[in-house]
Amino acid sequence: MKFNTKIRNLLIILFSTLALSACSTAKKASTVGTTGDVYTGTDTVEYLAPGVKDRVFFATNSSSLTTASRDTLRKQADYLRKNKDMNVVLEGHADERGTREYNLALGERRANAARDYLMTYGISGKRISVISYGKERPVNSASTPLAWSQNRRAVTVKAK
Amino acid sequence: MKKLFFILVIFFNFNYAYSLIEVDITRGNLDPLPIAVSPLHVDAQSDNLQDIKVKELGDLISSVIESNFKSTGLFNPLNKDAFVQKPDIAHLKPRFEDWSLITAQALVTGKILIKDNKLKVEFRLWDVAAAKEMVALAFTTTPTNWRRVAHIISDKIYERLTGETGYFDTRIIYVSETGPKTQRVKRLAIMDQDGVNVKYLTLGNELVLTPRFNPTNQLVTYLSYFRNLPRVYLLDIETGIQEVVGNFPGMTFAPRFSPDGKKIIMSFAENGNSDIYTMDLESRLVEKITDHSAIDTSPSYSPDGKYICFNSDRSGLQQIYTMNSDGTNVKRISFGDGIYGTPVWSPRGDLIAFTKVRAGRFYIGVMRSDGTGERLLTENFYQEAPSWSPNGRLLVFYRETKSGNDGEGFTAKLWSIDITGYNERQIKTETDASDPSWSTLLSK
Repeated sequence: MKFNTKIRNLLIILFSTLALSACSTAKKASTVGTTGDVYTGTDTVEYLAPGVKDRVFFATNSSSLTTASRDTLRKQADYLRKNKDMNVVLEGHADERGTREYNLALGERRANAARDYLMTYGISGKRISVISYGKERPVNSASTPLAWSQNRRAVTVKAK
Repeated sequence: MKKLFFILVIFFNFNYAYSLIEVDITRGNLDPLPIAVSPLHVDAQSDNLQDIKVKELGDLISSVIESNFKSTGLFNPLNKDAFVQKPDIAHLKPRFEDWSLITAQALVTGKILIKDNKLKVEFRLWDVAAAKEMVALAFTTTPTNWRRVAHIISDKIYERLTGETGYFDTRIIYVSETGPKTQRVKRLAIMDQDGVNVKYLTLGNELVLTPRFNPTNQLVTYLSYFRNLPRVYLLDIETGIQEVVGNFPGMTFAPRFSPDGKKIIMSFAENGNSDIYTMDLESRLVEKITDHSAIDTSPSYSPDGKYICFNSDRSGLQQIYTMNSDGTNVKRISFGDGIYGTPVWSPRGDLIAFTKVRAGRFYIGVMRSDGTGERLLTENFYQEAPSWSPNGRLLVFYRETKSGNDGEGFTAKLWSIDITGYNERQIKTETDASDPSWSTLLSK
């Protein structure tokens, strides 16, 4: 387990530097809506509260959180700290370009990456349940790189 | 539906010393064997039945046999208009000159009799050139079983002509798909190998995925999102009783039976990590087989139960690994360009079928269980999840098409292909379909 989190932290550091360096070049072409192949636009995004996005996006085959994703999750954590009675479900998703069974595992890994980040910002794990839908519930049904980037996501949903 | 009784074996020719016709199925057959399937003669003394048109039954059985043969790509069933000899006379003693005139190399004849709500079927396979009977068999069963009789006859003929076990008297379980891509409704469905006799086993209220038969085809293990808790379930097809497999605190998925049917092997995901577990169905004992921080999934046993192949991203991206059934001796076996998933061990034990993704294209392929001899059989926009025919000669898998901006043009269909890479064809289903799993032979 320790080994696991170490690797994850290392990856987070690695990818944040990558993402940062990518950001500086991608700003000019922000209309494209992706950085690398991580979606950075706001189409399909919903809000838990004003300014609090409900989802984060991932690169192909990756469950690493980008700088933008961590920013979104910190805002979610703030919001959850202020709403102590609220529990959430983290839904992990993959795009349609992978095998079904692996995508189920990948969705679970993505949802947990987001969950772990919320927990490091003080949200109790008891308040966050996780479910993976793999590639079963795309938000954009097109077969395009843009749609796939919107479908590779972890969505924080208020628990009923 | 129950047992089929072989009451009478008239004559079974085991003498292979004659150089009778043979069909080589180890390579693609570009010159399919011309075979004449004479309509089965309906005995005039047959009783009438309410639901079945007895007079047409002889034609119906022979056309099921023909369509089975046609689907193999190895046989060319000849047009019945050209048949000269009457079915009853041909069944007694074919006039071989007549049949060889229409280029038939093999001839199937038969007759049926319905008495006291029993269907008695007899058939013979003849070698036209050698003017010899090759197989003769008779069965008695209930009349509603007539399609299975046609499949069993097809298997017997296929076995005699190719030297391989047949696969026509089998079923395929799959996931029926309807509705828009973003809200697909999925139901478990079961059908005969030729797409007929579809039955839906679940209502579509919850998402269901990846059904797989046990070795006796009575149980199915699959993933259900019942109450939004994705767990591996066990379903008894006859009784309809379903139960959760094990008591895991998180998602279980990618289930399969062990070859003896006593265990279910599956993945369990916890805290972002998926490992492989088994559960003994009788003792309920759970064993952890892999313990690695990477994703380990899609496990499949070798037919002797000694080894497991599985999918893992422990090297970075998805690759195929094998290990002993206790989890020791893990070896990576896929090393080509691209990523590999869904390994599934052939019932013959020699090959592992897989899905490969390379440069945005999806392939179904096979490799030896040590990873050598990789062969890609078919390439497409998206296809995955091969499942073996019980004789290890064919794979069934599903293929999805590219969709437009609003999801239009999206389809999911079942396809099969010979491991020679020839004879790729769609299996027609009432609805869109995915996640096929082939049964073993129903009558052994």
